[in-house]
Amino acid sequence: MNDMDEIVQEFLLESHENLDQLDRDLVALERDPESRERLSSIFRTIHTIKGTSGFLAFSELEKVTHAGESLLSRLRDGKLHFNAEVTTGLLAMVDAVRRLLAEIEQTGVEGEHDHTELISELTALQESAAKTAAEVAPPPPRLGDLLIKTGRATEEDIHFAIREQEIGDRRHIGEILVEQGVLEPGEVAEMLGQQGDQLPQRSIYESTLRVDVALLDELMNLVGELVLTRNQIVSTIGGAGDPVLLRASQRLNTIASDLQSGVMRARMQQINIVWQKIPRVVRDICVSVGKTVAVEMEGQDTELDKTIIEAINAPLTHIVRNAVDHGIETADVRLAAGKAVEGRIKLSARHESGSVTIEISDDGAGIDLDRVRATAQKKGLASGPELAAMTEDEIVALVFLPGFSTAEKVTNVSGRGVGMDVVRNNIEKIGGAIELRTERTRGTTVIIKIPLTLAIMPALSVTSGGHRYAIPQINLLELIRLEADDASTAIQTIHDAPVFRLRDDLLPLVYLHERLGLSSLRAAKDPLFIAVLQAEDREFGLVVDAVEDTQEIVVKPLQKQLSGIGLFAGATVFGDGSVSLIIDVAEMAHQARRRAAVEQTATATATAGASNRVLITNIGPHRRLAVPIGGVTRLEQLPPAALERVGDREMLQYHGTIIPMARISDVVNDSQPMTVDADAPLQVVVYRRGRRTVGLVVNEIIDIVEEADISVAISGVGVERTLVIGEQITELLDVHAAIVAADPEFFADDIAGAA
Amino acid sequence: MAVIQFSTFLLAGQLYGIEVDSVHSVRKFQPLTEVPLAPPSVAGLINMRGQVTTAIDMRVRLELPAREADSTPMNVVVKSDDGLVSLLVDSIGDVIDTSPDQFDQVPESIQGAARDLVVGAYTMPDGQLLLALDAARTVDVGGRSTSVDALPDSATK
Repeated sequence: MNDMDEIVQEFLLESHENLDQLDRDLVALERDPESRERLSSIFRTIHTIKGTSGFLAFSELEKVTHAGESLLSRLRDGKLHFNAEVTTGLLAMVDAVRRLLAEIEQTGVEGEHDHTELISELTALQESAAKTAAEVAPPPPRLGDLLIKTGRATEEDIHFAIREQEIGDRRHIGEILVEQGVLEPGEVAEMLGQQGDQLPQRSIYESTLRVDVALLDELMNLVGELVLTRNQIVSTIGGAGDPVLLRASQRLNTIASDLQSGVMRARMQQINIVWQKIPRVVRDICVSVGKTVAVEMEGQDTELDKTIIEAINAPLTHIVRNAVDHGIETADVRLAAGKAVEGRIKLSARHESGSVTIEISDDGAGIDLDRVRATAQKKGLASGPELAAMTEDEIVALVFLPGFSTAEKVTNVSGRGVGMDVVRNNIEKIGGAIELRTERTRGTTVIIKIPLTLAIMPALSVTSGGHRYAIPQINLLELIRLEADDASTAIQTIHDAPVFRLRDDLLPLVYLHERLGLSSLRAAKDPLFIAVLQAEDREFGLVVDAVEDTQEIVVKPLQKQLSGIGLFAGATVFGDGSVSLIIDVAEMAHQARRRAAVEQTATATATAGASNRVLITNIGPHRRLAVPIGGVTRLEQLPPAALERVGDREMLQYHGTIIPMARISDVVNDSQPMTVDADAPLQVVVYRRGRRTVGLVVNEIIDIVEEADISVAISGVGVERTLVIGEQITELLDVHAAIVAADPEFFADDIAGAA
Repeated sequence: MAVIQFSTFLLAGQLYGIEVDSVHSVRKFQPLTEVPLAPPSVAGLINMRGQVTTAIDMRVRLELPAREADSTPMNVVVKSDDGLVSLLVDSIGDVIDTSPDQFDQVPESIQGAARDLVVGAYTMPDGQLLLALDAARTVDVGGRSTSVDALPDSATK
């Protein structure tokens, strides 16, 4: 690359950044035409592009920016009023500049574009509007003048600051003077307040620097290697060995983690990079469909990995287009509904346990469920009886099906052949999930949950057919361990498709080894494991031979020789140095959907007090157990003396009566018996049913968490299922079995009633 | 005409070579992770100093009889536009300088897959033939293979 190329490259890079800023400034200016700060910023940007394009002999670009600059200078000098026409003209100019820059980037020359019409339009705007600009308010006083007038700074101070700016200091006069000790920061703010302007927030320039993305990618790779090596060392050293080596390995562990998060942070970009284009998009749609919509943003500084930022750009824009075009009603409809004429779109982003949640909500009409039903039926996406059986959430989710579009009128804004199914595909491709919530006449909210980064992620390792595979944790809902004896009854076949009865639903099953053309190495008496996975808004169970552990893995793409298989999302190197394939859960879900045409016909299973809250306790050093607690239970702390021995059984004194009890560790057959400190109070979960009461004694209570819809008792004894709670594998107690262990008669009348 | 250097290796007793410029390194056998449903010539994945590398069994690729079960192949790691790819060969030979006057067109007797991959033959001073392989075509094993084709192969492993 020669010097000239480099200059052009630099120019292009800088101009693109500036143009994005320009779009935002122009739209903001339309709302707040008095902001001189923004106007000056726009003027400077155009001026810079014009100057550089002259220097680089891009004459067309120079002509266009010159016309824009002249118009802007009249605005800046207050000879012209800002209005929608002027904004449209200026935005058209920005678009022309963008086109020219794109052309230069691709071909190196400006190409054959004719901008005479645009230029004459811009010139006409200058002149027509000039006549109406008589009553324009005088420009606000300059900060320097104000400071001198109020005696806060001398003329020399101001001159010094201006000279600094002239020789390249990009800061504002106020900032320079504060640094010089002439002013207190408070004074500047006060003066700026008087000036009726805002302190701009662009002093980030001095403290940042541009880094080639390729270099960051390389660094990320190296860090990935380091993490793998660390895993290897830590697992080799294990618990035993030289204490010095052990300490060093722990230190390596910490450093590697810190370094990893540091480099990941370096790859992070604010979501604002995508969002800053939104106001312009909204404005353009509003102009073309005759609506007014205000855009609000929250959490613009939420950071995401660069690759994710790139991937969510198109889906986000599409959702916003949809919201303005279909969501927000026209002015007369809004008025009739008692809403403000101006619609509202709110974008918010926030971090939530290792992932980012983005919400796009509008205060429009909401989704008409009847219309969704009608459309789905008309397009053959669902039958009448199917629709009748669906919940509202399921109806709303129909809009994600391919071939669905509810727009009554196809406008030029949406209706570009891109539906919500494409949006969902794009989100799921990066391991995210999308959900719609809508309320008639109140509006619609689209909720997107995406991982922070694609490069490193937690994954569960499983084995199937003698091989080890990794399943991304983000897709994992829960783990079920099924004893061989129970498997034959718990797994049924409906229309040749295997299903597992999970709570009230039938979960379609996919046998991993079958999908991979392998034979299972599981012996008939071994338990099998079902990983309940979610993708494409659907749950399915992946049956594997064994479940190992969870670890952070570095995702390596597969080479093109293996791109045709489609079932793998990549490969990774585990701590022991072995290579494992990462399961593409979305692809597996596709297959599950195709294979299992199963409707939800399940009848409710017997449950022992459905509850959404679980108490977390530990049993033994490495096992965590979740004990469902709910309305029918009480948590009690009883003195050790409450424990009584009756024959060979232990009982509890509880509110003046003796109740049967069981120790949880006995129920779940933990090899290490619960060691209860004789003096420590007993933690007891008390279940009551009619006149019967039992107590389950647990170890220390670690936590109590809300878990969505946990009901129990499908099969098995002791441990019912395995859940992931707070990213830790936790076994779920089979309450039914535990209670029966304490009091065999507890459910007696139930059984009698059922029989 | 310039001298071309070949990194050579043996497959079923025949000498093959790949231009040195395309060869990244030569390594001893590494444990392989099998890839279900992969094209038949893909032997698996190798951890090559932290890089996950596809390994192609050259015996399968060139439609030669399978390697004896008790022999361990070697890795010839070649550069491709998609990163490093390992070729599993029987054993490694020397780096050999060739001159244009040793060059011959691909012998008529070479048929099948080998015909597409062999770009020419060089006659060695001892009369042995060195078959020169095109590295890019060798690693291009058609990732679009359908799972049905690949099923019997991986099922028998």
